[in-house]
Order: sequence, then structure tokens, then C-alpha cells
Amino acid sequence: MKLIFERGKEGQACTLMPACDVPQVTLAAPKREKKLHLPHVSENELSRHYTELGKQVHGVNDGFYPLGSCTMKYNPKVNEKAAALPGFTNVHPLQPAHTVQGCIEVLKQTQEMLCEITGMDAMTLQPAAGAHGEFTGLLLIKSYHESRGDVKRTKIIVPDSAHGTNPASATMVGYDIVNIPSAADGCVDIEKLREAVGEDTAGLMLTNPNTVGIFDKNILEITSIVHEAGGLVYYDGANLNAVMGVVRPGDMGFDVIHLNLHKTFSTPHGGGGPGSGPVGCKSFLAQFLPGLQPVEKDGALSLVAPENSVGSVKAFHGNFLVVVKAMTYILMLGKEGIPAAAKNAVLNANYMMNKLKDIYPMAYDTVCMHEFVMCLEKMKHDIDVSAMDVAKALLDYGIHPPTMYFPLIVHEALMVEPTETESKETLDEAIAVFRKIYEDAQANPAAMHECPVHTPVRRLDEVRAARKPVLRYTFE
Amino acid sequence: MTHPAELMYSKSHEWVKFIDETTALIGLTDYAQDALGDLVYVNLPEEGDDVTAGESFADVESVKAVSDVFSPVSGTVAEVNEELIDAPEKMNEDPYGAWLIKVENITEKEELLTAEEYIEFYENEEA
Repeated sequence: MKLIFERGKEGQACTLMPACDVPQVTLAAPKREKKLHLPHVSENELSRHYTELGKQVHGVNDGFYPLGSCTMKYNPKVNEKAAALPGFTNVHPLQPAHTVQGCIEVLKQTQEMLCEITGMDAMTLQPAAGAHGEFTGLLLIKSYHESRGDVKRTKIIVPDSAHGTNPASATMVGYDIVNIPSAADGCVDIEKLREAVGEDTAGLMLTNPNTVGIFDKNILEITSIVHEAGGLVYYDGANLNAVMGVVRPGDMGFDVIHLNLHKTFSTPHGGGGPGSGPVGCKSFLAQFLPGLQPVEKDGALSLVAPENSVGSVKAFHGNFLVVVKAMTYILMLGKEGIPAAAKNAVLNANYMMNKLKDIYPMAYDTVCMHEFVMCLEKMKHDIDVSAMDVAKALLDYGIHPPTMYFPLIVHEALMVEPTETESKETLDEAIAVFRKIYEDAQANPAAMHECPVHTPVRRLDEVRAARKPVLRYTFE
Repeated sequence: MTHPAELMYSKSHEWVKFIDETTALIGLTDYAQDALGDLVYVNLPEEGDDVTAGESFADVESVKAVSDVFSPVSGTVAEVNEELIDAPEKMNEDPYGAWLIKVENITEKEELLTAEEYIEFYENEEA
């Protein structure tokens, strides 16, 4: 398709200005030396440009989007309605507190509800996304050890199935990473963990259910091993959707968590979101939380910085309107709806897994949580059809591919997370497509390398995109 | 897939070519480059850095993932193959020509495999 700069021509515009009725003045300095490159398009062309862009992509509103670990659940429209209320949009973060009591109430109530769901004592809504939350949570862990003069704790333990952001965030905070292998069942290898912990352990980062979609049954033992060594335990909330309202990270022994409101709590994900990655903690860490905390006194709310706050990790209160959407979601579902959503997510994943496992081998053939991992190594070996080929073939059927080649411990991995908001009919259609692709692959493996054939763009050259990226338009 | 008999191999899929008792070239095996897929970026250490047997000294990025490269020996980096920074595809095209680092003053090495043992090792790992 044509880019916006390749459309239109000089003189075209979206507005017709009335004739100037005052003398024209040219400012002396500073004067721009070169004319700005702005698109010259009519409103009609501009509208078509964005519509065309919209047709090039696939979102939750286009079709099934089982992108494992990303929880691409439907974003209810009522969330948008609440976030568009003028009381939330026509405000400024520097307004006096007494003029924005409702907004502060939103922050307070959302924090309380998220604390209740996760078993935490305090929460900050400031971080802008998951990895930002990880960074913030690790700052709390670091502040805790430093406040006790315990400066020899320099290592963060991360299982080999972890999201890449975990070691990256820990490195950003200045920690060294200790990688521990998973046991054969995909869970934490308890003996390896015992060997890894010690006086230099600052903490362990973990997600439960873990990255292969299995609930680690040893979780209480895991958290107590780390605590006994003097470390803290961090919960990566990427997979909270499987257990929200059913079990709480706080009860599993976790000290710090982050949540992804754009995953678990139905705010938009992808395409810029924006995201929101609240961080919760146990009471002994609350003194270090970033930003401002809502405090109620004599019936009035105000915002106060925690005593030993690490400072701000983002301007003001984070992505406030995203918080409004998440609060709407929680209130709409209520205390019965939250666990029901989690259980349905788990049911949907198990349903799909069991309808596919006779032809697509599962990395771990057990009851899964909200997602499951297929291992296509045999298919790749036998007929040279890779996980990538299957993923690309799905695009031809209007299905967004699952997560590919992750987790790294499973070869030729496809990680499927249907989410709770898909109906049985949608799942059945997707299952039929997966089975059809399998049959097509057996009949004509070579044709699989050509997929997709019906999409606006065919298979993209990922290697060239990575080696020689073109990141901006270059004018002649 | 080829694995030259004159080289030694680590279980983490690096090859080692000893120039003398305490000096060696280190690179990624043919099996490793094939499993990683097209490599698009490499992050190498600097001359004079120490490497430790069993610990990461570099990372490589393919279209699939970022992976650590582990040193099969302990020693000092004598030379870095800077050609790879602009042409990481060399590790795919010629895995045994595209050495990553040259290590000198080698004091320790982990248990290394012969080509035959290495092939047996990864075939078992796959199964």
C-alpha cells in the first residue's frame, strides 16, 4: 500500500481556511531552514489511508487471537464508555485534590480490589506495562535489602522457562542472573533451586501457572526455600488470568507482584495499548512504593508519597484511564465473575488441547491451565513443516497465530491461549482449522512453506527486517 | 549437517579449535546455527575480557530468540571476530569459519566431546 507521504499532492488539505483578514507577519527568528515534510492529503484520502492501514492488521475484533501468554481477551465496550466519562477525561493531574476526589477514589478502590484479588497489602498503579512493573517490583526488593544493610545480595534467580523480560528487568536493576533449569514436568526443579539459593540471593522471579501453562504444585515449598535463604519472591502476573479469584499469589508466599491490566483485566493490548503494570507488595515493602498513594482523612482523599519511596517510575499516576477500564471490568464481573472467567479460560484451553493432542504432540501431556504448548519437532523432522509454517497457514483462515518458538525450552513450540471470551463454536472452528492444516501438511508439505497466500501481505522477510530495518520514510 | 573430526564440542553447542595447549578459537556448531535459525545480531566480549568455563561470554539473536553463548574454557579473550558484528549471517553460512573469539592463557576447560560423541549427544537430546 502507499504510505501517507506518497498520497495526495501539494495544496491538498483537510481544512479550508478563510481568507486572512489581518496583515501577514513573518517572524524574524528562529526561522526554519527547511520546509517541513507534511502530508498533503484531503480528508477523504486521509480517511481511506487509515481504513487501509486497519485492513492490514488482525486484532481481537477481527477474529480468534490465541497468542499464548499474552491473554488477548475481548475488551468489553463498557470499559471504553466508563473511561470516556468527562469527569475522568477533563481533568489535570496537577489539579488540587479536593477537585478530583472521584479520580482519587478510582485509584483507591482499584488498588484495594487488586490487593484483594492478589493477596497483597499495597499497590501502585504507576508502572506503564509489565516489564516496567517488573523493574519497579525489583526496585522494591533492592530497597528492602539495602534498607537492612544487606548489600551482598546481588543475584536474582530465574527459571529457564521465564519470560525474557525477567532477566532483562533484573539486569536493569543491577542484579546478576542465575538461571535454573526446569524439571521434566516443566515445573521448578526443587533440588536445583536449593543449590542456587544462598546469602547472595536477592530474590526469585516466577510466574505461576508457569510459562508452559502448568500450575507449580510445589509453590509453597519454592517460596519458603527462597525466604529461608533470606531472599524475596517476585510474582510475574503474566499468567494471572488462569487463577484470578481462585488462588492468590499472596497466599502462595509471594512478596511482590506485577499485574498486566492489558492482559488479565481486559484493557487494550497491542497496538500501543497503552498498557498498565500495577505492582503489589506485602505491607513491609509498602514504604518503598513509587509515586503517590491515596490516603483518606476526615472523609477527604489526598495523595501522599510513601515514607521511603523509590521515587516516580512514570509521570503522575500512570495510565489513569486504563485503570478506569480495569476497574470497570472488575466491577462488571464482581466476585463471582472474576473466578468464573479464570475457570472458563482454563476450560477453554483444556478443551482445545484435548481436541488436538492426537495429532499435535503436547510438550507436557497433562491438565493445563489457561494455555498449552504444542511441540512440532516431529513434524519438522518428518516432513519439514515447522511451527512457523503452521502459524503462517493459520493466517489464511483468519486466525492470529499462537505464540511461536516460546518458551525456549520447548523446540518448535506453539503456545495457544484461547482466553475465556471465546465461545465453544469459535473453539470448534479453530480446532477444525488446526486439523485441516495438519492434513494439508501431510498431503503437500512443500505448499506449507508458501503460506499465507490470502493475506494482504505474504510471508514477510523477517531476517531482512532484523538485519536491515527501515525505520522511517526517507524523502527524496 | 557437518561436524569436523578435528574439533572438540561442548554440550552447550560450541566448538573449540585448539591452536596450542592454551590457545583456542570458539564458535557455534552447525547444529546450533541450524536450531537457532537465521542469526541477525551478535554481542561479543572485548579483547582482554576474562571468560569462565560454563559461563556466558556472548549472546546471539536469531529471528526466533536471543541465546547465550557459553565458554567451554577459562582464559582471556585474545581476539574478537569483529567481522561477525556486521555480518552475523556468516555463522549460518560457515559455522566453522565464523569463530567468535580466540582465547589465550587457558587454565581450565569443561568436559569436551569428540565429533562422534557430540552427534550422539544431541541426537539423544532430541529424542
